[in-house]
Amino acid sequence: MKSWKGCLQMNEKSLLDLSVGEEGEIVDLQGGRGFRARLRALGLAEGQIVRKISRVGWGGPIVVLINRAQIAIGRGMARKIIVRTNHGFKG
Amino acid sequence: MHRGRSRTHRTQSRRSRRRHVVSDILLVGQPNVGKSVLFSRLTGVRTIASNYPGTTVGYATGKMMFAKDTYDLVDAPGTYSLEPLDDAARVAVDLIDDAKRIINVVDATHLERHLTLTMELLAQGKPMVVALNMGDEARHKGIEIDVKKLARRLGVPVISTVARTGEGVKRLILATLALDVEEELAYGNEAGHPGHHPHIARHHGRSQAKGHKHLAEDKVWCRVGKIVDEVQILHHHHHTFGEWLEDVSVHPIWGGLFAILVLALSFILIRMIGEFLIGGGIGIIGEPWVKVPFGTEALFDVAWKPVMMKLSGLLGEGTFLHNLLIGQLIGGEIDFMQSFGILTSGLFIPLGAVLPYIVSFYFVLSILEDTGYLPRLAVFLDNIMHRIGLHGYAIIPTLLGLGCNVPGIMATRILETRRQRFITATLISIAVPCAALQAMIIGLVGDRGVWPVMLVYGILFAVWILIGLILRFTSRGFRPELLIEIPPYRLPSWKALGSKLWMRTVGFLKEALPVVLGAVLVVNLLYQFNVFSYLAKTTAPVVSFLWGLPEDAIVPLLVGMLRKDVAIGMFAPLSLTTKQLVVGSVVLSMFFPCMATLVILFRELKWKDALKSIGIMLLAVIIVGAAINFLWP
Repeated sequence: MKSWKGCLQMNEKSLLDLSVGEEGEIVDLQGGRGFRARLRALGLAEGQIVRKISRVGWGGPIVVLINRAQIAIGRGMARKIIVRTNHGFKG
Repeated sequence: MHRGRSRTHRTQSRRSRRRHVVSDILLVGQPNVGKSVLFSRLTGVRTIASNYPGTTVGYATGKMMFAKDTYDLVDAPGTYSLEPLDDAARVAVDLIDDAKRIINVVDATHLERHLTLTMELLAQGKPMVVALNMGDEARHKGIEIDVKKLARRLGVPVISTVARTGEGVKRLILATLALDVEEELAYGNEAGHPGHHPHIARHHGRSQAKGHKHLAEDKVWCRVGKIVDEVQILHHHHHTFGEWLEDVSVHPIWGGLFAILVLALSFILIRMIGEFLIGGGIGIIGEPWVKVPFGTEALFDVAWKPVMMKLSGLLGEGTFLHNLLIGQLIGGEIDFMQSFGILTSGLFIPLGAVLPYIVSFYFVLSILEDTGYLPRLAVFLDNIMHRIGLHGYAIIPTLLGLGCNVPGIMATRILETRRQRFITATLISIAVPCAALQAMIIGLVGDRGVWPVMLVYGILFAVWILIGLILRFTSRGFRPELLIEIPPYRLPSWKALGSKLWMRTVGFLKEALPVVLGAVLVVNLLYQFNVFSYLAKTTAPVVSFLWGLPEDAIVPLLVGMLRKDVAIGMFAPLSLTTKQLVVGSVVLSMFFPCMATLVILFRELKWKDALKSIGIMLLAVIIVGAAINFLWP
């Protein structure tokens, strides 16, 4: 099957920089093993699709939807979760 | 890296003191899957179950009777994995060693996440059944699971249950008891001797040297993914009102307003129900709009006062026994707040003044707990809590502390680090007044108007923030961030709510009545023998000079070390000015926590941190008391 991947404009950014309502695929968890284990236990693993649904002001956490579950994540942690977003076709 | 090592060390030292709790059946599962509800169903033991992760911080034990046999059941604390990363997982791992059979409770609505723990449990080689819980919620959300196929793929029986209604529970029992316990031996040798728990390998190298068995993480994930793909069908379903509300209550703007609304409504509701149960008045602040002849006050006045007046006449005012049982007559009458005999104030304070507020507080708290609102509140208070070195989840122990400091301090176990537990527990014991104390503050200070009550609350809140700020910058340690799963909203089951309310109310009565009666007895005896006058002279420099209270106020302050509600009641006969009453209420709230809280503080924080916490308390109470006294013109 022919892949469209090369023609798509992909963008990698942290979960913190993702805008509210935007969706992305987790590609990297930048942290120690303990950190990654805690995230994965909640289903935040590479390859999963997350949608950011909220960002609480004044340094508050962000909230994402993953596999129909809402998870609240502190900002420092959200900065270390890298997602890939799809912005449609190039050109 | 460094943190990792110290954690391992702690694991080993805990291991040497490991608990041996032998169970015929052990319930294991991730947080908030309904283990405690299922446990109550199986054993009839009432447990506190709520809709947020981490309700069960220890483990519960109980007995199940079935077909004339008795089985020991243990409810393990919720854990995401068997890797001993936190206390809950360590406790669970210990419990698994001593279990004959395991029931793995799994959330049918999030199968993919819960099966990783199931895989780890399967590797322990114990006879096991999977309880696929929350079947009703899964159906509601359009999730269909092929139970037979799942059982085939896992190689253990899978029973679909709804713990809340009891659906499937009997089949679960039958399947669990049908397990061959002997099988364990054959398995057990293969899986290694007890104490070595295969868990998903996340710590390559280091822990492997210690002889742990591991499951390759990637393989487990792939297997789980494949199984879920095969057994689960997702049907399209319409957005329900509950889901809409879930979205609204985490929205950056609407969610914040919603949080304020919920908190305001909760306070109004607690006050309305409390005041109604005491005086039959219906209103929010100030004079009630409507007053009906109802409530504990009326009950004591109509049914108990005549009896007591008769007894007073029999004993004769001023006699030893009269002073002990009835206390002082105020204008020839018994005043239940001021007379201070065992049978007058000793009974009225816990039953007439405090009990109604205990009921109303726990009623409202239970609704917040069971609907699943509390984790959402944690999300919105996270930024404020960060300013005092905590994160949003610390609001849950703090709210519990507003009911009673004891469960509040115990619930600090849901926090990750020792530092967070220390700060939260210290703040609770100093600046969070329990419901019993609050009921008396409202009753006593409220007589002087609304603003003195507001002032007491305002000062305590300021103290909470200030000490928090100081502790944030002075105590060392890692500051973790909020990372929580927000459970779906659920309609509270009124039966479960009633049972929880009943447990907490009975708990209060058992705890409070003997201590209050004993305290009134001892204090009255000591008054009769004039023991306090010497004590009052020695403490006068602090009590009178710094705090501006009468010398005698030392007695209630000391009684506060037993129970705060009866202690503050002792301010009533001292005829204090409003200023003195405010100072007294604040000082009493902050001064030594009551006996029960002190014991728990030492147990939870260990003596070194607990002593530190006491030191902070003494310093704070002297400064704050003096500050109000000297700043108030």
